[in-house]
Amino acid sequence: MTAILGKVGAIVWKDVLAELRTKDIVLSVGVFAVLVIIVFNFAFQPGAQGIGAVAPGALWVAVVFAGVLGMNRAFVLEKERGTLPGLLLCPVPREAIFAGKMAASLLFMLLVEAAVVPLFGVFLGLPLFPPALVPIVLLATLGFAAAGTLFSAVAASSRSRELMLPILLLPVLVPVILSAVGASAAVFAGEPFGEYRTWVQVLIGFDVVYLVLSAWVFEYVVQE
Amino acid sequence: MVDARAGQRPSPRVEGRAAGLGWGVGALLVATAAVMVVALYMALVWAPPERLQGQVYRIFFFHVPVSWVAYLAFAVTFAGGLAYLRSGRASWDRAAAASAEVGVVFTTLSLVTGSIWGKPILNAWWGWDVRLTTTLVLWLIYLGYLMIRAYAAEQAQGARLAAVVGVVGFVVVPINFFSIRLWRGLHPGPNIGTEGGLEIEGAMAATLFVSLAAVTLLYITLLVARIRLRSLTDAVGEIKARLGVGGIR
Repeated sequence: MTAILGKVGAIVWKDVLAELRTKDIVLSVGVFAVLVIIVFNFAFQPGAQGIGAVAPGALWVAVVFAGVLGMNRAFVLEKERGTLPGLLLCPVPREAIFAGKMAASLLFMLLVEAAVVPLFGVFLGLPLFPPALVPIVLLATLGFAAAGTLFSAVAASSRSRELMLPILLLPVLVPVILSAVGASAAVFAGEPFGEYRTWVQVLIGFDVVYLVLSAWVFEYVVQE
Repeated sequence: MVDARAGQRPSPRVEGRAAGLGWGVGALLVATAAVMVVALYMALVWAPPERLQGQVYRIFFFHVPVSWVAYLAFAVTFAGGLAYLRSGRASWDRAAAASAEVGVVFTTLSLVTGSIWGKPILNAWWGWDVRLTTTLVLWLIYLGYLMIRAYAAEQAQGARLAAVVGVVGFVVVPINFFSIRLWRGLHPGPNIGTEGGLEIEGAMAATLFVSLAAVTLLYITLLVARIRLRSLTDAVGEIKARLGVGGIR
Protein backbone atom coordinates (compact mmCIF):
# COMPACT_ATOMS: atom_id res chain seq x y z
CA MET A 1 0.00 0.00 0.00
CA THR A 2 2.77 2.42 0.97
CA ALA A 3 4.67 1.38 -2.13
CA ILE A 4 1.69 2.22 -4.33
CA LEU A 5 1.20 5.55 -2.58
CA GLY A 6 4.86 6.34 -3.20
CA LYS A 7 4.39 5.66 -6.91
CA VAL A 8 1.25 7.79 -7.04
CA GLY A 9 3.18 10.50 -5.23
CA ALA A 10 5.95 10.32 -7.80
CA ILE A 11 3.48 10.88 -10.65
CA VAL A 12 1.91 13.79 -8.80
CA TRP A 13 5.35 15.25 -8.16
CA LYS A 14 6.22 14.94 -11.86
CA ASP A 15 3.12 16.97 -12.80
CA VAL A 16 3.70 19.51 -10.04
CA LEU A 17 7.29 19.97 -11.18
CA ALA A 18 6.22 20.47 -14.80
CA GLU A 19 3.62 22.97 -13.62
CA LEU A 20 6.12 24.82 -11.42
CA ARG A 21 8.35 25.29 -14.45
CA THR A 22 5.66 26.51 -16.84
CA LYS A 23 2.84 27.71 -14.54
CA ASP A 24 0.63 27.06 -17.56
CA ILE A 25 -2.38 25.51 -15.94
CA VAL A 26 -2.86 27.37 -12.67
CA LEU A 27 -2.27 30.82 -14.16
CA SER A 28 -4.32 30.48 -17.33
CA VAL A 29 -7.13 28.62 -15.61
CA GLY A 30 -7.26 31.15 -12.78
CA VAL A 31 -7.35 34.10 -15.13
CA PHE A 32 -10.00 32.43 -17.23
CA ALA A 33 -12.18 31.74 -14.18
CA VAL A 34 -11.98 35.39 -13.14
CA LEU A 35 -12.89 36.43 -16.68
CA VAL A 36 -15.98 34.22 -16.66
CA ILE A 37 -17.08 35.76 -13.36
CA ILE A 38 -16.60 39.27 -14.74
CA VAL A 39 -18.45 38.46 -17.95
CA PHE A 40 -21.23 37.01 -15.83
CA ASN A 41 -21.47 40.28 -13.92
CA PHE A 42 -22.06 42.15 -17.17
CA ALA A 43 -25.17 40.04 -17.65
CA PHE A 44 -26.73 41.63 -14.57
CA GLN A 45 -27.21 45.17 -13.31
CA PRO A 46 -24.57 45.97 -10.67
CA GLY A 47 -26.01 45.47 -7.21
CA ALA A 48 -29.25 44.26 -8.72
CA GLN A 49 -31.81 42.58 -6.54
CA GLY A 50 -31.55 38.83 -6.48
CA ILE A 51 -27.94 38.63 -7.59
CA GLY A 52 -27.46 36.38 -4.58
CA ALA A 53 -29.80 33.89 -6.24
CA VAL A 54 -27.66 33.55 -9.36
CA ALA A 55 -24.29 33.99 -7.66
CA PRO A 56 -23.66 30.30 -6.82
CA GLY A 57 -24.53 29.37 -10.39
CA ALA A 58 -22.09 31.94 -11.75
CA LEU A 59 -19.36 30.72 -9.42
CA TRP A 60 -19.69 27.09 -10.49
CA VAL A 61 -20.05 27.91 -14.17
CA ALA A 62 -16.74 29.78 -13.87
CA VAL A 63 -15.08 26.91 -12.00
CA VAL A 64 -16.39 24.24 -14.38
CA PHE A 65 -15.47 26.08 -17.58
CA ALA A 66 -12.05 26.97 -16.23
CA GLY A 67 -11.65 23.41 -14.99
CA VAL A 68 -12.40 21.97 -18.41
CA LEU A 69 -9.72 24.26 -19.81
CA GLY A 70 -7.22 22.98 -17.26
CA MET A 71 -8.23 19.36 -17.70
CA ASN A 72 -7.43 19.63 -21.39
CA ARG A 73 -3.80 20.02 -20.44
CA ALA A 74 -3.69 16.92 -18.24
CA PHE A 75 -3.28 14.44 -21.08
CA VAL A 76 -2.85 16.65 -24.13
CA LEU A 77 0.60 17.67 -22.88
CA GLU A 78 1.55 14.03 -22.39
CA LYS A 79 0.32 13.27 -25.90
CA GLU A 80 2.07 16.25 -27.48
CA ARG A 81 5.39 15.52 -25.85
CA GLY A 82 5.00 11.81 -26.43
CA THR A 83 5.53 11.09 -22.75
CA LEU A 84 2.39 9.02 -22.29
CA PRO A 85 3.99 5.77 -23.52
CA GLY A 86 6.82 6.39 -21.07
CA LEU A 87 4.34 6.84 -18.28
CA LEU A 88 2.52 3.68 -19.30
CA LEU A 89 5.79 1.74 -19.37
CA CYS A 90 6.39 2.56 -15.70
CA PRO A 91 6.13 -0.58 -13.58
CA VAL A 92 3.04 0.68 -11.78
CA PRO A 93 -0.57 -0.41 -12.07
CA ARG A 94 -2.82 1.65 -14.34
CA GLU A 95 -4.91 2.64 -11.34
CA ALA A 96 -1.85 4.30 -9.80
CA ILE A 97 -1.27 6.31 -12.98
CA PHE A 98 -4.88 7.38 -12.94
CA ALA A 99 -4.70 8.30 -9.25
CA GLY A 100 -1.51 10.30 -9.78
CA LYS A 101 -2.84 12.25 -12.75
CA MET A 102 -6.11 12.85 -10.94
CA ALA A 103 -4.46 14.00 -7.72
CA ALA A 104 -2.31 16.48 -9.64
CA SER A 105 -5.35 17.92 -11.44
CA LEU A 106 -7.21 18.06 -8.15
CA LEU A 107 -4.35 20.00 -6.61
CA PHE A 108 -4.25 22.55 -9.46
CA MET A 109 -8.02 22.99 -9.37
CA LEU A 110 -8.02 23.55 -5.60
CA LEU A 111 -5.25 26.13 -5.94
CA VAL A 112 -7.28 28.03 -8.51
CA GLU A 113 -10.42 27.82 -6.40
CA ALA A 114 -8.58 29.07 -3.31
CA ALA A 115 -7.92 32.27 -5.26
CA VAL A 116 -11.11 32.54 -7.29
CA VAL A 117 -13.74 31.92 -4.59
CA PRO A 118 -12.69 34.85 -2.33
CA LEU A 119 -12.33 37.08 -5.40
CA PHE A 120 -15.83 36.08 -6.36
CA GLY A 121 -17.04 37.13 -2.92
CA VAL A 122 -15.30 40.48 -3.38
CA PHE A 123 -16.98 41.15 -6.73
CA LEU A 124 -20.45 40.12 -5.64
CA GLY A 125 -20.38 41.38 -2.07
CA LEU A 126 -20.75 37.89 -0.61
CA PRO A 127 -18.90 36.24 2.29
CA LEU A 128 -15.31 35.71 1.10
CA PHE A 129 -14.94 32.05 1.96
CA PRO A 130 -17.51 30.69 4.41
CA PRO A 131 -16.00 27.68 6.24
CA ALA A 132 -19.04 25.60 5.34
CA LEU A 133 -18.12 26.03 1.68
CA VAL A 134 -14.81 24.18 2.14
CA PRO A 135 -16.17 20.59 2.20
CA ILE A 136 -18.50 21.38 -0.72
CA VAL A 137 -15.66 22.73 -2.83
CA LEU A 138 -13.48 19.75 -1.90
CA LEU A 139 -16.14 17.16 -2.74
CA ALA A 140 -17.24 18.84 -5.95
CA THR A 141 -13.65 19.27 -7.14
CA LEU A 142 -12.83 15.65 -6.34
CA GLY A 143 -15.75 14.47 -8.49
CA PHE A 144 -14.76 16.92 -11.19
CA ALA A 145 -11.16 15.71 -11.16
CA ALA A 146 -12.18 12.03 -11.25
CA ALA A 147 -14.53 12.38 -14.22
CA GLY A 148 -12.32 15.04 -15.80
CA THR A 149 -9.16 12.93 -15.73
CA LEU A 150 -10.94 9.99 -17.31
CA PHE A 151 -12.53 12.01 -20.09
CA SER A 152 -9.39 14.05 -20.61
CA ALA A 153 -7.62 10.78 -21.37
CA VAL A 154 -10.48 9.77 -23.68
CA ALA A 155 -10.48 13.12 -25.50
CA ALA A 156 -6.69 13.24 -25.79
CA SER A 157 -6.78 10.04 -27.85
CA SER A 158 -9.18 11.51 -30.40
CA ARG A 159 -8.40 13.86 -33.26
CA SER A 160 -10.08 17.04 -32.03
CA ARG A 161 -8.95 16.90 -28.42
CA GLU A 162 -9.84 20.32 -27.06
CA LEU A 163 -13.30 20.12 -28.61
CA MET A 164 -14.17 16.66 -27.41
CA LEU A 165 -13.45 17.15 -23.71
CA PRO A 166 -16.25 19.62 -22.90
CA ILE A 167 -18.69 17.69 -25.09
CA LEU A 168 -17.98 14.48 -23.21
CA LEU A 169 -17.43 15.93 -19.76
CA LEU A 170 -20.18 18.51 -19.26
CA PRO A 171 -23.14 16.12 -19.58
CA VAL A 172 -21.76 13.66 -17.04
CA LEU A 173 -20.96 16.52 -14.66
CA VAL A 174 -24.63 17.47 -14.34
CA PRO A 175 -25.01 15.96 -10.83
CA VAL A 176 -21.84 17.71 -9.61
CA ILE A 177 -22.92 21.07 -11.01
CA LEU A 178 -26.46 20.78 -9.63
CA SER A 179 -25.39 19.72 -6.16
CA ALA A 180 -22.47 22.14 -5.91
CA VAL A 181 -24.75 25.02 -6.90
CA GLY A 182 -27.53 23.82 -4.60
CA ALA A 183 -25.26 23.38 -1.60
CA SER A 184 -23.35 26.65 -2.13
CA ALA A 185 -26.61 28.56 -2.50
CA ALA A 186 -27.68 27.21 0.88
CA VAL A 187 -24.31 28.15 2.42
CA PHE A 188 -24.40 31.69 1.02
CA ALA A 189 -27.96 32.03 2.33
CA GLY A 190 -26.67 31.03 5.75
CA GLU A 191 -28.79 27.89 6.02
CA PRO A 192 -27.80 25.08 8.43
CA PHE A 193 -26.22 21.83 7.17
CA GLY A 194 -29.49 19.93 7.48
CA GLU A 195 -30.94 22.03 4.66
CA TYR A 196 -28.39 20.91 2.08
CA ARG A 197 -27.33 17.53 3.45
CA THR A 198 -28.89 15.69 0.48
CA TRP A 199 -26.77 17.69 -1.95
CA VAL A 200 -23.63 16.72 -0.07
CA GLN A 201 -24.76 13.09 -0.17
CA VAL A 202 -25.18 13.33 -3.96
CA LEU A 203 -21.65 14.75 -4.21
CA ILE A 204 -20.23 11.91 -2.11
CA GLY A 205 -22.14 9.34 -4.16
CA PHE A 206 -20.89 10.85 -7.41
CA ASP A 207 -17.30 10.94 -6.13
CA VAL A 208 -17.33 7.30 -5.03
CA VAL A 209 -18.96 6.06 -8.26
CA TYR A 210 -16.63 8.06 -10.50
CA LEU A 211 -13.45 7.23 -8.58
CA VAL A 212 -14.16 3.50 -8.78
CA LEU A 213 -15.51 3.56 -12.34
CA SER A 214 -12.77 5.80 -13.74
CA ALA A 215 -9.94 3.88 -12.12
CA TRP A 216 -11.43 0.68 -13.51
CA VAL A 217 -12.00 1.75 -17.14
CA PHE A 218 -8.86 3.91 -17.33
CA GLU A 219 -6.73 0.99 -18.51
CA TYR A 220 -8.95 0.56 -21.58
CA VAL A 221 -8.60 4.24 -22.43
CA VAL A 222 -4.81 4.36 -22.41
CA GLN A 223 -4.36 0.96 -24.03
CA GLU A 224 -2.27 1.29 -27.17
CA MET B 1 0.77 -4.08 -54.63
CA VAL B 2 -1.35 -7.07 -55.68
CA ASP B 3 -0.13 -10.17 -53.93
CA ALA B 4 -0.95 -13.82 -54.38
CA ARG B 5 -3.91 -13.72 -52.07
CA ALA B 6 -5.53 -10.84 -53.90
CA GLY B 7 -7.74 -13.07 -55.99
CA GLN B 8 -9.17 -14.80 -52.97
CA ARG B 9 -12.74 -14.19 -52.02
CA PRO B 10 -13.44 -12.56 -48.67
CA SER B 11 -13.68 -15.03 -45.83
CA PRO B 12 -16.90 -16.97 -46.53
CA ARG B 13 -17.84 -16.63 -42.88
CA VAL B 14 -18.18 -12.86 -43.13
CA GLU B 15 -20.03 -13.08 -46.42
CA GLY B 16 -22.42 -15.73 -45.20
CA ARG B 17 -23.19 -13.84 -42.03
CA ALA B 18 -23.92 -10.65 -43.95
CA ALA B 19 -26.19 -12.52 -46.36
CA GLY B 20 -28.04 -14.13 -43.45
CA LEU B 21 -28.51 -10.75 -41.83
CA GLY B 22 -29.77 -9.44 -45.15
CA TRP B 23 -32.60 -11.98 -45.14
CA GLY B 24 -33.23 -11.18 -41.51
CA VAL B 25 -33.55 -7.47 -42.20
CA GLY B 26 -36.05 -8.17 -44.99
CA ALA B 27 -38.22 -10.38 -42.80
CA LEU B 28 -38.05 -7.94 -39.91
CA LEU B 29 -39.00 -5.08 -42.20
CA VAL B 30 -42.15 -6.88 -43.32
CA ALA B 31 -43.11 -7.78 -39.75
CA THR B 32 -42.45 -4.24 -38.51
CA ALA B 33 -44.51 -2.71 -41.31
CA ALA B 34 -47.44 -5.02 -40.59
CA VAL B 35 -47.47 -4.36 -36.84
CA MET B 36 -46.89 -0.65 -37.42
CA VAL B 37 -49.97 -0.39 -39.65
CA VAL B 38 -52.08 -2.06 -36.95
CA ALA B 39 -50.56 0.20 -34.28
CA LEU B 40 -51.25 3.31 -36.36
CA TYR B 41 -54.87 2.28 -36.90
CA MET B 42 -55.35 1.53 -33.21
CA ALA B 43 -53.64 4.72 -32.03
CA LEU B 44 -55.26 7.13 -34.50
CA VAL B 45 -58.70 5.60 -35.07
CA TRP B 46 -59.62 2.76 -32.77
CA ALA B 47 -58.63 4.07 -29.34
CA PRO B 48 -61.28 6.40 -27.86
CA PRO B 49 -60.50 10.08 -27.18
CA GLU B 50 -59.18 10.77 -23.72
CA ARG B 51 -61.51 12.31 -21.15
CA LEU B 52 -59.52 15.51 -20.54
CA GLN B 53 -57.10 15.82 -23.45
CA GLY B 54 -59.41 14.71 -26.24
CA GLN B 55 -57.56 13.75 -29.41
CA VAL B 56 -54.29 15.42 -28.50
CA TYR B 57 -53.25 12.61 -26.20
CA ARG B 58 -52.82 10.19 -29.12
CA ILE B 59 -49.20 11.20 -29.56
CA PHE B 60 -48.71 9.37 -26.27
CA PHE B 61 -48.93 6.07 -28.20
CA PHE B 62 -45.70 7.00 -29.97
CA HIS B 63 -44.01 9.16 -27.38
CA VAL B 64 -44.00 6.54 -24.63
CA PRO B 65 -42.83 3.52 -26.66
CA VAL B 66 -40.16 5.59 -28.39
CA SER B 67 -38.86 6.81 -25.02
CA TRP B 68 -38.80 3.33 -23.53
CA VAL B 69 -37.05 1.87 -26.54
CA ALA B 70 -34.49 4.70 -26.46
CA TYR B 71 -33.48 3.61 -22.97
CA LEU B 72 -33.50 -0.02 -24.09
CA ALA B 73 -31.15 0.93 -26.94
CA PHE B 74 -28.71 2.60 -24.55
CA ALA B 75 -28.90 -0.41 -22.24
CA VAL B 76 -27.89 -2.58 -25.22
CA THR B 77 -25.03 -0.16 -25.96
CA PHE B 78 -23.95 -0.41 -22.33
CA ALA B 79 -24.02 -4.22 -22.35
CA GLY B 80 -22.32 -4.39 -25.76
CA GLY B 81 -19.65 -1.92 -24.68
CA LEU B 82 -18.99 -3.85 -21.49
CA ALA B 83 -18.72 -7.12 -23.41
CA TYR B 84 -16.43 -5.47 -25.97
CA LEU B 85 -14.11 -4.10 -23.29
CA ARG B 86 -13.99 -7.55 -21.66
CA SER B 87 -13.57 -9.67 -24.79
CA GLY B 88 -12.28 -7.29 -27.46
CA ARG B 89 -14.54 -8.93 -30.03
CA ALA B 90 -15.56 -6.59 -32.85
CA SER B 91 -19.06 -8.07 -33.08
CA TRP B 92 -19.91 -6.71 -29.62
CA ASP B 93 -18.72 -3.29 -30.68
CA ARG B 94 -20.79 -3.40 -33.86
CA ALA B 95 -23.91 -4.18 -31.84
CA ALA B 96 -23.14 -1.45 -29.27
CA ALA B 97 -22.44 1.19 -31.91
CA ALA B 98 -25.50 0.29 -33.98
CA SER B 99 -27.68 0.45 -30.89
CA ALA B 100 -26.26 3.84 -29.91
CA GLU B 101 -27.06 5.24 -33.36
CA VAL B 102 -30.65 4.02 -33.22
CA GLY B 103 -30.87 5.12 -29.57
CA VAL B 104 -29.89 8.68 -30.42
CA VAL B 105 -32.53 8.79 -33.16
CA PHE B 106 -35.20 7.42 -30.80
CA THR B 107 -34.19 9.83 -28.03
CA THR B 108 -34.49 12.70 -30.49
CA LEU B 109 -37.96 11.45 -31.43
CA SER B 110 -38.85 11.14 -27.76
CA LEU B 111 -37.79 14.73 -27.03
CA VAL B 112 -39.56 16.07 -30.13
CA THR B 113 -42.83 14.19 -29.59
CA GLY B 114 -42.75 15.21 -25.92
CA SER B 115 -42.41 18.84 -26.94
CA ILE B 116 -45.25 18.57 -29.44
CA TRP B 117 -47.43 17.00 -26.77
CA GLY B 118 -46.43 19.51 -24.10
CA LYS B 119 -47.30 22.60 -26.14
CA PRO B 120 -51.12 22.14 -26.30
CA ILE B 121 -51.46 20.41 -22.92
CA LEU B 122 -49.09 22.42 -20.70
CA ASN B 123 -48.65 25.45 -22.95
CA ALA B 124 -44.88 25.04 -23.07
CA TRP B 125 -42.56 23.33 -25.54
CA TRP B 126 -40.16 22.49 -22.80
CA GLY B 127 -40.11 22.06 -19.03
CA TRP B 128 -37.19 21.06 -16.88
CA ASP B 129 -39.00 17.98 -15.68
CA VAL B 130 -36.97 15.11 -14.22
CA ARG B 131 -37.53 12.65 -17.03
CA LEU B 132 -37.10 15.26 -19.74
CA THR B 133 -33.87 16.57 -18.30
CA THR B 134 -32.41 13.12 -17.63
CA THR B 135 -33.27 12.10 -21.19
CA LEU B 136 -31.72 15.27 -22.58
CA VAL B 137 -28.50 14.64 -20.64
CA LEU B 138 -28.41 11.04 -21.85
CA TRP B 139 -28.95 12.23 -25.43
CA LEU B 140 -25.94 14.55 -25.09
CA ILE B 141 -23.80 11.75 -23.63
CA TYR B 142 -24.55 9.44 -26.54
CA LEU B 143 -23.99 12.21 -29.08
CA GLY B 144 -20.53 12.33 -27.50
CA TYR B 145 -20.35 8.55 -27.89
CA LEU B 146 -20.96 8.83 -31.64
CA MET B 147 -18.56 11.77 -31.98
CA ILE B 148 -15.68 10.08 -30.20
CA ARG B 149 -16.11 7.12 -32.56
CA ALA B 150 -16.06 9.40 -35.57
CA TYR B 151 -13.05 11.44 -34.41
CA ALA B 152 -10.85 8.58 -33.28
CA ALA B 153 -7.54 8.20 -35.06
CA GLU B 154 -8.18 4.52 -35.79
CA GLN B 155 -11.21 2.28 -35.65
CA ALA B 156 -10.25 -0.04 -32.81
CA GLN B 157 -9.31 2.89 -30.62
CA GLY B 158 -12.57 4.67 -31.41
CA ALA B 159 -14.46 1.53 -30.48
CA ARG B 160 -12.66 1.28 -27.14
CA LEU B 161 -13.05 4.96 -26.23
CA ALA B 162 -16.70 4.91 -27.25
CA ALA B 163 -17.30 1.78 -25.17
CA VAL B 164 -15.87 3.58 -22.14
CA VAL B 165 -18.16 6.57 -22.76
CA GLY B 166 -21.16 4.29 -23.28
CA VAL B 167 -20.51 2.31 -20.10
CA VAL B 168 -19.76 5.30 -17.87
CA GLY B 169 -22.61 7.33 -19.37
CA PHE B 170 -25.18 4.65 -18.65
CA VAL B 171 -24.05 3.63 -15.17
CA VAL B 172 -24.58 7.17 -13.92
CA VAL B 173 -28.17 7.54 -15.15
CA PRO B 174 -29.54 6.92 -11.61
CA ILE B 175 -27.27 9.64 -10.13
CA ASN B 176 -28.34 12.03 -12.88
CA PHE B 177 -31.99 11.21 -12.29
CA PHE B 178 -31.72 11.60 -8.53
CA SER B 179 -29.82 14.88 -8.63
CA ILE B 180 -32.19 16.37 -11.21
CA ARG B 181 -35.19 15.31 -9.15
CA LEU B 182 -33.66 16.99 -6.13
CA TRP B 183 -33.01 20.13 -8.18
CA ARG B 184 -36.61 20.20 -9.42
CA GLY B 185 -37.77 19.72 -5.86
CA LEU B 186 -36.14 23.01 -4.99
CA HIS B 187 -37.60 24.79 -7.99
CA PRO B 188 -41.16 23.58 -8.38
CA GLY B 189 -42.66 24.05 -11.78
CA PRO B 190 -45.00 22.43 -14.26
CA ASN B 191 -44.66 18.71 -14.38
CA ILE B 192 -44.47 17.70 -18.01
CA GLY B 193 -45.11 14.34 -19.53
CA THR B 194 -47.19 12.97 -16.74
CA GLU B 195 -48.59 9.74 -18.08
CA GLY B 196 -50.06 9.40 -14.60
CA GLY B 197 -52.30 12.33 -15.46
CA LEU B 198 -53.91 10.35 -18.25
CA GLU B 199 -56.79 8.02 -17.61
CA ILE B 200 -55.74 4.86 -19.32
CA GLU B 201 -58.54 2.41 -19.92
CA GLY B 202 -58.65 -1.01 -21.59
CA ALA B 203 -58.60 0.01 -25.26
CA MET B 204 -55.82 2.52 -24.63
CA ALA B 205 -53.70 -0.01 -22.77
CA ALA B 206 -54.11 -2.47 -25.64
CA THR B 207 -53.14 0.24 -28.14
CA LEU B 208 -50.10 1.18 -26.09
CA PHE B 209 -49.07 -2.47 -26.00
CA VAL B 210 -49.32 -2.86 -29.79
CA SER B 211 -47.48 0.47 -30.34
CA LEU B 212 -44.75 -0.71 -28.02
CA ALA B 213 -44.45 -3.94 -30.01
CA ALA B 214 -44.31 -1.99 -33.28
CA VAL B 215 -41.67 0.45 -32.05
CA THR B 216 -39.58 -2.34 -30.50
CA LEU B 217 -39.74 -4.24 -33.78
CA LEU B 218 -38.68 -1.10 -35.60
CA TYR B 219 -35.73 -0.79 -33.23
CA ILE B 220 -34.68 -4.40 -33.81
CA THR B 221 -35.00 -3.96 -37.58
CA LEU B 222 -32.86 -0.81 -37.59
CA LEU B 223 -30.39 -2.42 -35.20
CA VAL B 224 -29.91 -5.51 -37.35
CA ALA B 225 -29.69 -3.41 -40.50
CA ARG B 226 -26.97 -1.23 -38.97
CA ILE B 227 -25.08 -4.24 -37.61
CA ARG B 228 -25.19 -5.77 -41.09
CA LEU B 229 -23.91 -2.56 -42.65
CA ARG B 230 -21.09 -2.43 -40.13
CA SER B 231 -20.14 -6.06 -40.78
CA LEU B 232 -20.05 -5.38 -44.50
CA THR B 233 -18.00 -2.22 -44.00
CA ASP B 234 -15.54 -4.13 -41.85
CA ALA B 235 -15.40 -6.94 -44.43
CA VAL B 236 -14.68 -4.43 -47.20
CA GLY B 237 -12.02 -2.86 -45.01
CA GLU B 238 -10.46 -6.29 -44.51
CA ILE B 239 -10.39 -6.96 -48.24
CA LYS B 240 -8.95 -3.53 -49.02
CA ALA B 241 -6.29 -3.98 -46.40
CA ARG B 242 -5.38 -7.34 -47.96
CA LEU B 243 -5.23 -5.78 -51.41
CA GLY B 244 -3.22 -2.88 -50.03
CA VAL B 245 -5.54 -0.21 -51.42
CA GLY B 246 -5.72 1.85 -48.27
CA GLY B 247 -7.83 1.50 -45.21
CA ILE B 248 -11.48 2.27 -44.85
CA ARG B 249 -12.99 3.65 -41.74
